[in-house]
Amino acid sequence: MIAVRIEGLRKSFGRVKALDDLSLAVEAGSVFGFLGPNGAGKTTAIRILTGLARAHGGQAWLNGIDVTARGGRRAASQIGYLPQDPAFYPWMTAGEMLDHVGRVFGLPGGERRSRTAALLKLSGLEEAARRRIGGFSGGMKQRLGIAQALVNRPAILLLDEPVSSLDPFGRKELLDLIDGLRGQCTVFMSSHILADVERVCDTVGIIDRGRLVVQSPKKDLLEQFAAPVFEAAADRGQEEALKAWVDGLKAGPPPWLDSVVLADELTARFLVNSLEAAKRQLPELLLSSSFVLSRYEMVRPSLEDVFLKLVKQRRAGS
Amino acid sequence: MNFGAALRKELLEQLRSYRMLITAVVLTLFGLLSPIIARYTPDIIRLALPQGEEITKLIPPPSAADSVAQYLKNITQFGVLLALLMAMGLVAQEKDKGTAALMLSKPLGRSAFLLAKFCSLALTFTLSIVLAGAAGYYYTLVLFGPMDPGGWLGLNGLVLVFLLVYVSLTLLCSTLTKSQVLAGGLATGVWMILSLVGALPGIGDYSPRQVIGWAAALGTGGSPAQWPALAFSLALIVGGLAGACVLFNRQEL
Repeated sequence: MIAVRIEGLRKSFGRVKALDDLSLAVEAGSVFGFLGPNGAGKTTAIRILTGLARAHGGQAWLNGIDVTARGGRRAASQIGYLPQDPAFYPWMTAGEMLDHVGRVFGLPGGERRSRTAALLKLSGLEEAARRRIGGFSGGMKQRLGIAQALVNRPAILLLDEPVSSLDPFGRKELLDLIDGLRGQCTVFMSSHILADVERVCDTVGIIDRGRLVVQSPKKDLLEQFAAPVFEAAADRGQEEALKAWVDGLKAGPPPWLDSVVLADELTARFLVNSLEAAKRQLPELLLSSSFVLSRYEMVRPSLEDVFLKLVKQRRAGS
Repeated sequence: MNFGAALRKELLEQLRSYRMLITAVVLTLFGLLSPIIARYTPDIIRLALPQGEEITKLIPPPSAADSVAQYLKNITQFGVLLALLMAMGLVAQEKDKGTAALMLSKPLGRSAFLLAKFCSLALTFTLSIVLAGAAGYYYTLVLFGPMDPGGWLGLNGLVLVFLLVYVSLTLLCSTLTKSQVLAGGLATGVWMILSLVGALPGIGDYSPRQVIGWAAALGTGGSPAQWPALAFSLALIVGGLAGACVLFNRQEL
């Protein structure tokens, strides 16, 4: 069964096409990663799904309800939504906020109280339940955001960049929580943090400039599109030399090199289109560089590599 | 959809932010002070000015009508100011901060969201005017003698209608923009226009200002009713709310 279906969705802001004939379908019960660079149209698509924005063309369905048509607001009772920067009433406490959301969903008093207590525990906000939200940190607000999105036990959970403002602990906790929702509800999660999507999502859709580049189960995507990847690491203290060398390589790449990126300050990743040419010539390039090489190997491609390759291909094609 | 939940939140917010308390205290204070000011103004002039004795001979002795006039002047001036200040950020601020987007992605209708805000302010002003009216009536009774209670009730009812015109129109201005300062500026502009229109012959008969003229007459037991002005004021309240709902339902959040 399809939980989220989008067909030919279009939306423009002046001359800028935020969504340009976007189409995709998400199976019920899956954790779908909606990937794209900043400004790709992820948030716009989610805002249309929630009824906060209107499409200029195309249609979208949540559990069979056309959210772009009259009566689309019926879908609101079936979804949970976490915006990119969730905002709350600062004078409310966390408990009051969840209770208020429960009232909006029409939950009876007993269920509201038990749901509030359960979600405060789940989000790790039990001790802060009576504190005013105005004094919460960004991470606490994000956790309250996920809690309020779960009040109605949604069939579809729409998460817009859910972990972007969390520290590593908070990020791990939230990703574990999302992982635990697999099979219970459909999770539609936008992100530009590819490692998080790779960790938790089973299906991935990549969007660029408002169009879907590819949609596929994550495993298939990695197998189908992953090109050979090499990784080279520099010694500590060689950060600037490595960066300068990578910048030079980007300015004049050899024909066998698709792209080179810095995975971190001391590690460069090379996406290549000819394995043989790369095996012959990359070591020579590395040895002639100005930085001190500490490691060089061929590695398993990541979702980030696939993402970069596909987005680059699409942009080159258009 | 879920008007009750939205109204509960609005009332709770007014209590927590002390807006309800401030409105009630300010208007009740003017209800108390107006008869006192009317009664003792000649004495104050006599004592404070060098030729006060001579000036007070020119002023007729204070009466219940002066108390009513003072009450109406104070309650309407400060009431309109409070209506503008309290309503200007109600929608604009929620749109700007993102709380409107969060709540309206849930099964909460946009019209219910707006009407809850209007009703909460209407309740606050009703409560405040009840308190101010009771205080004003008691002090007028003590200082000037009895007044017609029915007339006094009618007077305060008309004052409430007059203030709700500004609550409704300010809410409409707040719906138009994301900036509460701009919303306040627009509402002040509307206030000035309505005040100017009230001074024009003919068309001025329909101005909400005429409702206050009728209220003054009710308080002093004279002058005919101003039904066109009351009808136009009620139409402004309903029209302002309907306009805000139509606009808000078309907006993207």
